[in-house]
Order: sequence, then structure tokens, then C-alpha cells
Amino acid sequence: MIEFFTTTNLGMVLVILAQCLLVLIPLLLALAFLMYADRKIWAAVQMRKGPNIVGVFGLLQSFADFLKYIVKEIVVPAGADKAVFFLAPMISFVLAVIAWAVIPFNDGWVLSDINVAILYVFAISSLEVYGVIMGGWASNSKYPFLGSLRSAAQMISYEVSIGLIIIGVIISTGSMNFGAIVAAQDGDYGLLNWYWLPHFPMVILFFISALAETNRPPFDLPEAESELVAGYQVEYSSTPFLLFMIGELMAVVLMCALISLLFFGGWLSPIPGLPDGVLWMVIKMGLVFFMFSMVKAITPRYRYDQLMRLGWKVFLPFSLFWVVLVSFLAKFEVFGGFYARWAIGG
Amino acid sequence: MTPVVIAFYAFAVSTIAGGLFTVISRNPVHSVLWLILAFLSSAGLFVLLGAEFVAMLLIIVYVGAVAVLFLFVVMMLDVDFAELKAEMSKYLPLGLLIGVIVLMQLSLAFGVWDYSEGYQTRLAAPEGDAMNTEALGLLLYDKYILLFQLAGLILLVAMIGAIVLTLRHREDVKRQNIVSQILRDPAKQMKLKDVKPGQGL
Repeated sequence: MIEFFTTTNLGMVLVILAQCLLVLIPLLLALAFLMYADRKIWAAVQMRKGPNIVGVFGLLQSFADFLKYIVKEIVVPAGADKAVFFLAPMISFVLAVIAWAVIPFNDGWVLSDINVAILYVFAISSLEVYGVIMGGWASNSKYPFLGSLRSAAQMISYEVSIGLIIIGVIISTGSMNFGAIVAAQDGDYGLLNWYWLPHFPMVILFFISALAETNRPPFDLPEAESELVAGYQVEYSSTPFLLFMIGELMAVVLMCALISLLFFGGWLSPIPGLPDGVLWMVIKMGLVFFMFSMVKAITPRYRYDQLMRLGWKVFLPFSLFWVVLVSFLAKFEVFGGFYARWAIGG
Repeated sequence: MTPVVIAFYAFAVSTIAGGLFTVISRNPVHSVLWLILAFLSSAGLFVLLGAEFVAMLLIIVYVGAVAVLFLFVVMMLDVDFAELKAEMSKYLPLGLLIGVIVLMQLSLAFGVWDYSEGYQTRLAAPEGDAMNTEALGLLLYDKYILLFQLAGLILLVAMIGAIVLTLRHREDVKRQNIVSQILRDPAKQMKLKDVKPGQGL
């Protein structure tokens, strides 16, 4: 029996499928509760109750919403490009899901342990703009189109600084594999060994860029409801809209995972002596997600020209300078192996 | 049929189909989308070759940035594409000629081409434990650093040239000074006035 799963092609394909489901199902379940948490935190900041009817404390609200979306009617606007119109939400959803193939949750708990894992995630997140552009264009309507144009410019701008920040981490580690990046943050001092300390300003820059990259408030200009109704999602209803929404939230959770892996040691325990494990990863992702929700609740929306200025004139020069600085500090091993983890065998 | 072979044929077919539909599809936005499919499939082919770094760069640079700009421009163009397509038959012989020439060159490279001595060792994957990212880095930044920097310099000159050609400073428009906007202080900018009834300011 074991031979069937390790030697034959069919067996191996079945094993890979099972592994995919093992990642996907807990992820989608977690997403339902994260959506609920997002709304609850938002409500708490505004001194509202938030969802509290469906299930105990409203815990099943997301599932009720899910059913509601599924049974609604799909409306296709007249003059819409049908194929692209339906392709857009699917692309959005599929891209958000496949990025998880390389994200490890614990030492070795990863679907595909590839060398260029971080580049893969970066590539996938740079593709996510297509769902938005195609959706906005195919709707054949002005508001969605304006939203998608804004989104394209915004996502490209902030990808640049995300890429440069990632390069700093790669230089410190000497590898693009997430396992190696986390292993390089392991040390005797627990959370003081993690990359947030040597790469401190970049953590904040990465967080803000992640907000812009995932179109979260205060950078939710592509769907700015007060000016563009709902941006590229205006014409979508029912399941396609649900796919857009899941894709968007999944991208946010992916950014949470990336921040915990790159800067906060992934599954490493913050206090020396405590065992490492998947629980730490989940806690860290949850904390970063809490930050995402809080930002949504407490910050006013940026103006579009301010957003572009911040991306190109502040973040880009600063992160570029940081790459040069880190390369210098790592090459000459200033502060011992603080920046050059590969030099101390970490 | 191993999974690798199946994957190769799937990627190869979708690359060719993507290229074909890029040329023949009626809607230019569809053309760009097909082009993106061709890029993605060729990235898949690179992965099968074991060149995962090049594959990821292809996706990040071409699909994530260049094709987005293509799409951006094509979506906003206001050209009568039906008319353009009608003229296509006029250029068909020229297009066919170019196609035949490219095909001949490819078949030359495949069949008659004489390779230099020991080409197989140069085509092979990097030896030992070095991953191909490291191998590429060593080649570009160590062995061929001068050529690499010169290529970068040429690109920089082209970029500066494009900016210089298109940059115009207009004096007749109002501009925002972001620094002064940020430095504004509510206490100094606002003045409370006591308006007496019937008098105004």
C-alpha cells in the first residue's frame, strides 16, 4: 500500500492532492473566522456590536454570508465581455490560493519546498493585479474601469518597494527558501534574533506596502466606496463577488504569513527554552492580522496623489538605500553576524 | 508518460496557442491576455528545464510589470480596431514572409548549425550543490561584472533619454507643495473671528 503512494505516478498525484486539501481546507475555514474577526474588531473600535445574530456571538456569520452569496442571482451587465468578466474573479481566487503552496507553517510543513520560494510568492502577488484590471475592464462601466486603473498603478508602485525589502532579507540570509530564512533567525536570544531588529525600519515599510498591495484601507482607493461606489467590484454579484472577496482576504492573510516568516521568525518561539511549533506561526499571523484590522478601523483614506508620492518618492528611495546599506553591513560583517546570518552558520 | 512529459506538452501547447491567439484574436485586450498566457506557459517550460530563477523573473518582470503596462495602454486606446483588422489582409503576405524566414532560421539552428567544441559542457546545469540562482549571480556579478554594468548603463542612458525627451515643465499650472502641506499647523492656519450680528466681517 505504501509502495503505491511512493512509487507510482497515480499514487504520488493522489498524495499531492491530499496535501493540497490539507492546506486549503483549514485555510478556508480560518478565513471564514478571520472575516468575522475583521468585522468584530472594526465594530469594537467604532463601539458597535458587529455581527452577533448567527450562531453564538455571531460566530457563524461568515457561513451565512457564504450561503447567501451562493444562492443569489449572477447579474452580467449588458455589453460586458463575458469570458473576461468571469475569468477575472477566478484568477483572483486561484492566484490567492496557489501562493500558499510554498508557505511553511512549521519546520518542513510545506507543500513544495522550492529554492526560489520567496520569488514565487512575489511573482504570484504581482500577478494578483490582473483579477482587478480584467474585472474592471470587462464590466464595461466607468466606475469599475477607473477603479481598475487606480489599482494597476497602485499595485505596481508598491510591489517595487516590497521587492527591495525582500532583497534585504535575502541578503541577510543568503537563501530564498522560507525554511532557510526562518532557520537564520534562530538563535540563543529568542525574539531578539529575529529579523525585525536588524531590519527594523523595513518591517514598518513592508507592513504599509502590504496594505497598499492588498488594497486594504487606508489605501483602498480601487474600491473607494465614497467616490467609485465599489471600484472594480461594482458590477459583480453572487459567486463571482464572493471569489473576489475571498481572493482579497486570502492575499491579506498571505501578507500576514509573509511578515511573520520574514521578520518575526515564523514558527520559532519568542522566548528561549519554549518549544517551537506551528502554534507560534498561527499566533504571529493572528497578531499581524489584528494590526491589519486596526489600521482599517482607525485610519482615514489616503488621497490618490499622496499614495503615489509615498510609494515612489518615500518608500522606493528609502528601501533602495536600505538594500545598499544591508549589502555593505553584511559583506563586511559589521556588528558580527547581525546582518550576515550566513557568516555565522545561523 | 511521466508527469514531467505531460506537463511539458501542456505548457508547450498552451505557449503556442497563446502566441497564435495573440495574433489572430479580434480584441486587442484579448490579445494581451493571450500573450500573458504565453509568458506564463514559457515560465512553466523554464521550470521544467530546471531554471526556476529565470522562470520567476520572467513572471515578475514580463507578466507582473511589462504586460500590465501593455494592458493599461491597450485598454485606454480609442482606436477603431475593426478598421485596423480589415487592413490585416493587406499585410498578410509580409507577415507570412517574416514567419517563413523565422521558421527557416529556427530549422537552420536546429539542423545545419555547427556547434563549437565542447558546447555540451556549457549548456549543462551548474555543477555541484550550487543552485542556479547562485550560479547566475556568480556569473553576472563576478565573471562578467563589467559587461553587466555596461548593459545597465546603456539602459540607464535610454531611461534618462526618454525622461528628458518627454519632460516639460509647465509654468502655468498650480502645483502642490507636499512639504508645506504637511507642515501646516491647525493652530496657525485657523483664525476665530467674532462676527457681530448685522455687520459681517
